[in-house]
Amino acid sequence: MNIFNSRYVLERVAKNTAVHIFLMAAAAACLLPLFWMIRSSLMSNATIFTDQALFPHEFNAGNYATAWVRGNFSVYFLNSVLYTVSVVAGIVMIASLAAFAFSRLRFPGRDVLFYMFVAAMMIPLPGSFVPLFVMMSKLHLTNSPLGYILCMINVGLPLSILLLKTFFDKMPQDLEDAARIDGCSRVQILWHVALPLARPAIAVIVMYNTLNVWNEFILANLLLNDKSLMPLQTGLMAFAGTHQVDYPVLMAGLTITAIPVVAVYVFMQKHIVKELWTGVLVG
Amino acid sequence: MGAHAQIRALKIPNADIYKNFLFVLPAVVIFLLFYIYPFFQLFYVSLHEWPGIGPMTFVGLQNFKDLAGDQIWWASIGHAGYITLIALTFQNALAFALALACDREIRMKRFYRVIFFIPPVLSEVVVGILWNWVLNAGQQNGQQIGLLNAFLVQAGLPNLVHGWLSDPKTALTCIAVVHAWKGFGWGFMLLLAGLQTIDRQLYEAARVDGASSWRMFWNVTVPMMFPVITVVMILTILGSMQVFVLILSLVNQGLVYHTEVPVTRILGAMSGTNQFGYACAQAVIFGAILLTVSFLVKKLSGFGKQA
Repeated sequence: MNIFNSRYVLERVAKNTAVHIFLMAAAAACLLPLFWMIRSSLMSNATIFTDQALFPHEFNAGNYATAWVRGNFSVYFLNSVLYTVSVVAGIVMIASLAAFAFSRLRFPGRDVLFYMFVAAMMIPLPGSFVPLFVMMSKLHLTNSPLGYILCMINVGLPLSILLLKTFFDKMPQDLEDAARIDGCSRVQILWHVALPLARPAIAVIVMYNTLNVWNEFILANLLLNDKSLMPLQTGLMAFAGTHQVDYPVLMAGLTITAIPVVAVYVFMQKHIVKELWTGVLVG
Repeated sequence: MGAHAQIRALKIPNADIYKNFLFVLPAVVIFLLFYIYPFFQLFYVSLHEWPGIGPMTFVGLQNFKDLAGDQIWWASIGHAGYITLIALTFQNALAFALALACDREIRMKRFYRVIFFIPPVLSEVVVGILWNWVLNAGQQNGQQIGLLNAFLVQAGLPNLVHGWLSDPKTALTCIAVVHAWKGFGWGFMLLLAGLQTIDRQLYEAARVDGASSWRMFWNVTVPMMFPVITVVMILTILGSMQVFVLILSLVNQGLVYHTEVPVTRILGAMSGTNQFGYACAQAVIFGAILLTVSFLVKKLSGFGKQA
């Protein structure tokens, strides 16, 4: 009995160790390139190809200043912040109004309109940027922050509406009736009753759309040619084109672009890990 | 629809119905303008020859006939298909294995979950430029610039030094590997979430019946996971077939034939040669292919579930 037990324990320990090594290897593969990016962003052009140590012998933070000022990253960064904040705020506002109506209010064509949004998520439209670009040119909305913001609001709307509607559907009818009897208008019910209940959904929507807008490239590339309007992603591409092998400054640019989203993600991942997949599975 | 809804329907006057509609108006206006209009415009322009400005010339299905014989176009679909195939097999198998490893009583579960989702959070431009340095085959003062080649020289394997991204034989595989590095966290997260919804009692019952871990995997885990696996497969196909920004930033010496994918062809026809009709025809066909493939996957997984 004793021998059997210890063998069982040994087997379990061996198995757990193997699983840990597997997971560790995958985690290292995820982190090593990023570690190398940050490490290299702190080196100079003279040492980057000669100093092979994991932690370099001397640090040089000047690359960030170079990228920020000469590389125009201050402008790109502020543009990215502006676009991301406006689009996410717009989506939260427009989507919660629409989702509330789809879930709680009655008007003709409600279900048809709702299924239109659902269908939009199902049908892949890989080349829709071609007619979109044509339309934006006709409307003189190219090289305009407003045009880009509106396009990106449209990109995020369907999934956000669907997510919020599933949350509003779960709101007890009694709660709504009670608020109505207390004299709340529809907007007040949405603001004071429905939205607080849907806080987890809002967190996911903010998270998901922040990543989406911050990382978006194709539309920004087509619609915003002016260097003073570029967000980080297209700015970074332009910068990489002219600083091919100036790796320390290039890596500083990458770090400036990557750190905000990684920080937002790590900060908010409690919500994302739990909630985002439900959204995706529903879609 | 319960009694509540009916009572309320009786009480709501007409004016309120229009006020209710105001709630969806902003969403509908944006949707009609930025989604529905371009959607129909895509089909309309695909039937015309149009340089982007001036009048359109109606050419019927000529663009589609040209497309049928366009070898670069079909090669580009093949390239994306190859990347997708690697994503469906190696990338998703890795994601599934990692999810299974995390779906047990094990320490640092949270840590792994957070780490594996960092690459998906990064933008394709960041990932592409970063990996371009790893795979770069250039030399400076007799020294390898690329990290992989430099490592190979240091490890005493200089004959393995290779033009990873310039050699047509390795370029697509390299792109697929980087794509998998960036994407496996998505599959991992969805599959893990699916695994955690499986009732533990099923495993207990199987264990009592004397089933081995291997049999439990095939007879409990896989059938229970079928819906999630289907979703992951469809998302993988849609994401990998439309890969584009990653290639643009990874292979930055300009796009060459052997790394063309459908989206680069569409963009090339549009802003490269100003053939807007042809670009739209490509987009229509590509969208139809994606829709058909994801529909087929769904149908097939339906059969699999019944079997």
